[in-house]
This record gives sequence, C-alpha cells and structure tokens, in this order.
Amino acid sequence: MMTEQTTHYLRGRLQLELGNFKLESGEFNLPMQGVTVLFGRSGSGKSTLLRAISGLDKNTRGELSFGDELWQRGKKSLATQKRHIGFVFQDAALFPHMTVRQNLLYGVKRLPKGIEAADFDEIVGRVGIADKLDRGVNFLSGGEKQRVAIARALLLRPQILCMDEPLSALDWRSKAEMLTLIEELVAAYQIPVLYITHAPAEVERLAQNIVFMKAGRIERVESLQEALSRADSPLFDDEGAVSVLQGRIESEERGLHPVVFGENRLWLSEASTADKKTVRVRVLAKDVSLSLSDPEHLSIINHLSAKILELIPEKKHRMLVRLQLNDGQKLFAEITQFSAERLGLEVGQELFALIKSVALTE
Amino acid sequence: MVEIFGIAVSMDPIWLTLEVAGWTTLILLLLGTPLAWWMARLQSSSKIVLEALVALPLVLPPTVLGFYLLIILNPNGYVTEFLRLFGFEGQLTFSKTGLIVGSVFYSLPFAVQPLMHAFEAVPQKLLDAAATMRANAFDRFFTIAMPLSQRGFLVAATLTFAHTIGEFGVVLMLGGNVPGETRMVSIDIFDHVESLEYDQAHLLSAMMLIFSLCVLMLVYALNRRFGVKVG
Repeated sequence: MMTEQTTHYLRGRLQLELGNFKLESGEFNLPMQGVTVLFGRSGSGKSTLLRAISGLDKNTRGELSFGDELWQRGKKSLATQKRHIGFVFQDAALFPHMTVRQNLLYGVKRLPKGIEAADFDEIVGRVGIADKLDRGVNFLSGGEKQRVAIARALLLRPQILCMDEPLSALDWRSKAEMLTLIEELVAAYQIPVLYITHAPAEVERLAQNIVFMKAGRIERVESLQEALSRADSPLFDDEGAVSVLQGRIESEERGLHPVVFGENRLWLSEASTADKKTVRVRVLAKDVSLSLSDPEHLSIINHLSAKILELIPEKKHRMLVRLQLNDGQKLFAEITQFSAERLGLEVGQELFALIKSVALTE
Repeated sequence: MVEIFGIAVSMDPIWLTLEVAGWTTLILLLLGTPLAWWMARLQSSSKIVLEALVALPLVLPPTVLGFYLLIILNPNGYVTEFLRLFGFEGQLTFSKTGLIVGSVFYSLPFAVQPLMHAFEAVPQKLLDAAATMRANAFDRFFTIAMPLSQRGFLVAATLTFAHTIGEFGVVLMLGGNVPGETRMVSIDIFDHVESLEYDQAHLLSAMMLIFSLCVLMLVYALNRRFGVKVG
C-alpha cells in the first residue's frame, strides 16, 4: 500500500479536569509512527489523555497540533469528527440497533469527498468477520465485537488509530488472537496507533514508543528498547527484568525454529507465526545464566556471546547484569551476587549468556 | 347529538378533546425532545432546578397552574400583545388555542420525563464512537440517540395524549365551558352531573375509564417489549 512515509508529530500540552482527577500532561512531542503505547496504572490518566487528544471532552484546554493541523488552542478545539481519527473503545461500542454491516458503513457513508474508504472486502476478510456481516451486533462474542470495532475504524483510513485497552474485556485466547491481528494490521496498513494498556506483555509485543503516565502527567517518553534497558523499568512486574530481542525467523531445523540476530541464533521449540519474518522474543532475566567459556556439554542449546555493560546490585543478594549482544541488542541476566564474585564479573568483559527458555512475545 | 345505548350525547366535546390532545402531543414531542436531550446531557447542579420546574405540574393543583396561565395569557397581557405584532387575532384565553397552550404546560412532565430518562440511558461511548466516525451533533442525535430511545418516545407520546384527555382544572380555569369551543369531555361530564343527567355522565365516564385503561396497558406493553430489545 502506498502511503507517504513522512512521520507527523503530535505535539502540545493538554489539561483536563474531571471531578477530582486532573490531567496536566506537560509538553509532549510524539512521533506518530508504529504503535505508541500509553502506559501506566489505572488512574494515571491514560484514557483521559486519549480522550483529550481525540477531542471527545469539551472541557479540554491547552495546545495540540498534529502535523500542520491545529487541533486545540486554549478553549477552541477542532471537533472530533473533523480530526480524521479512528477510535476503538474498550468494549467495542458498537451500535446495538444496527447490524455488523451497518456499523461498518456508518463512518464510510460520512467520509467527505476526496477521502476514499479502505477496501471493504479486504478489511472484512483480514479482520475475519466476513461471515458475520448481517448479524445483529448483540449476537457477537466479545472478540468478534472487538474485531468489528477495529474494522469499523480501519475502513476510514484514519490518520491516527486510537485504541483504549482493546483487549481488556477479552478472555486469554481471544486476547492472543487479537494481539496477533493488531500486529498484522499495523504492519499492513502503516497507520500510526495510540494504544492504551497496563499490561507489559502487550507493550513488549506491539510498542515502538512508550509514553509513561503517572498521576495525570506524562513522566517520560521512550522507545521500547530504552524502556527495557532500565533496571527500574515500570514494564517489569513480579517476574523481574525482561528483555525483548528482535530477530529474523528462519525455516524449521530438527523440530526447532531458529531466530537469528547478528551472528547469534536462538532456537525456539514453538513458533506459531510462521508467515512472519521478524519476531520479538521475550526473555526473562532470571532465565539467563552466564558462563565465561562457551559450554558445549550442556543441555541448554541457546548460547549467545555478549559483553557486560553494567552490573546492578539488587535486593536479596541478587545482581542484574546488563549485556550487549554483538548486534547491539541488550539483554538482562539475573544472577546471585555470590556467582558474580566467583566469576569475577566486571564491565567490558566478554562472556556467554545461556538462555534456559525463550518465548515469542504474546 | 348521537345516540349510544339509547342515550343522547353530544360528540363535540369528544372530538374537541381528541383534537386538543393530538396537538398537545405533537407540540410537546417537538419542544420536549430538545429540552429533554439538553437536560439529560446537563451535568451541572442547575439540572436539579430544571427537573423540579418540569415536574411542577405533577404536584401543583391544576387550578393554580390555570390561574397563572389565565393571568399571563389574558387578552391585554404581554404575551397576547406580542403575538398581535405577528398578526395574531383572537385571544388565548377561553379559546381552543389557549386550551392547547395550557395543556402543553400541564402535560409537560409526561413528555419530558420519559424522554429524558431514555436519553440518559444512551451510553455516551456510542455518541463518542459516532463522533470519531464524522457524525456531527445532529447526526449523532438522529442516528444514534433517537433510535435507541424509541421506547421513550412511545411512552412520552402515549402518556401525554392520555393525560391531556383527562385534564380538568386547567381547562376550566383557562378555557371555561364554551360549547363547541372549549368544552372538553371532563367538563362535559361535570356539567351532566350538575344537571343530574346521570345517564350521559355514566356513558362518558365509562368511555374515559375504558380508554384510560387501554392506554395504560399499551404503555406497559411497550415498556415490556422494547425494554428487552433496546440496550
């Protein structure tokens, strides 16, 4: 699909008061490219910021521009219906008095001349709702509703697609399917996405950039790699530090799927997404061990050569070791301080990282 | 005069009543809809005042309402003078027009309250979703809010019509008892009783009773049927 590849920036600062809650975003300047995740605990103001950006709340104040379009200045704001955005709500927000088809065409009928809707059959097929077009929306499952909602937004070919926790109302199986779908759609249509979630797994899978929010403010904006290279990253939950490696998947060998990064390769036992070339692999720091030499007599088959960038002492006599792989990607290993001393680890040292288990992100 | 079961009654009050109730319902749906929509979306504390004002005719003795309307609409009052500027002739009191104006006030809560409750039940999210699909405020109202509130409209129309048919106090104060012009069924019954014409009073009362019962059954049936379907 041919689209101009210039990246537009969403920039400004927004204020919005809702009862006791106050959004005071602070200055931001977000490149609208790939998926930008708004991340934070519930109550941190993610949804409020997204509503303010979409122009859905009349009490929004501040400044906002997208590319060279002015969306908000002081009290004046461009109406939502003129911003050319798509919005997927938490629980789909389908119109209950219409069929699936009528829902899908609602926006298409209202497109101004000069803007063409996306190909109906193609989107409907890709999203997987072609056989449900004439159903009433109350007869759809949660996952199907969300698919319709996504198709409904995509048909308008929006400049930005906003998604407010689109997976939170789904069971785990639909969640996994929807994540795969969203990933494919983002790649296929090249529409910038603003995506709200509080689930680190979704961030690791989709994000290009992350907007961390806390108490109604934007705390910082980082790329996924930057966010994951901090030992105190808010993305780390009770499983501890996590690394996400991006690599190329190659064809199956001896029942295993190799993923190649630089000179290194990892062996995955399962790879469901056979049609994808680039994959993201999620590695828990506590599943990574270190060895000074390349061990051959070992059941662990994933060995990566790496260099120590940083040694970060943690609680409970643990040590977090930040490594750089030879293609530049970063990897965390969590070991005991006792082991670190025994091996005499120091910054700059070359060694091998042994990975007990890896999983494709999902 | 028509004979029903051998009792001679004048049909004029019945036709007049239906006409006044019809106009009142139409006017109230047209005026009550924007008012109810505005009130349903209002979040400030002024909503309480508005709700109380709209509900006033429910608790006020109809004579009080009728009395004030009589004062406001009197032939030498500001309202009538103002209307004369636009070529209005005749008067608002003791006329059919006056009856309709009075009925609009008297039946206001019966139109506005069901509409307001129906509008309040329309999820804001659906309107937001429509806005992101380029529907402007009018478009959103007509394509999302109204179809989802059809039960509210049906209930509002039926209750307004039925309630107007049963009004007495306001009609008497504002319209008086001019045969063929302002004598509605309820007043006709009163007249018959006063003149000890119990047969006619019986007949008209029975008709009103049956009519009211049918209307209420219709309202509850609509409530049940559409209550399940929408939402």
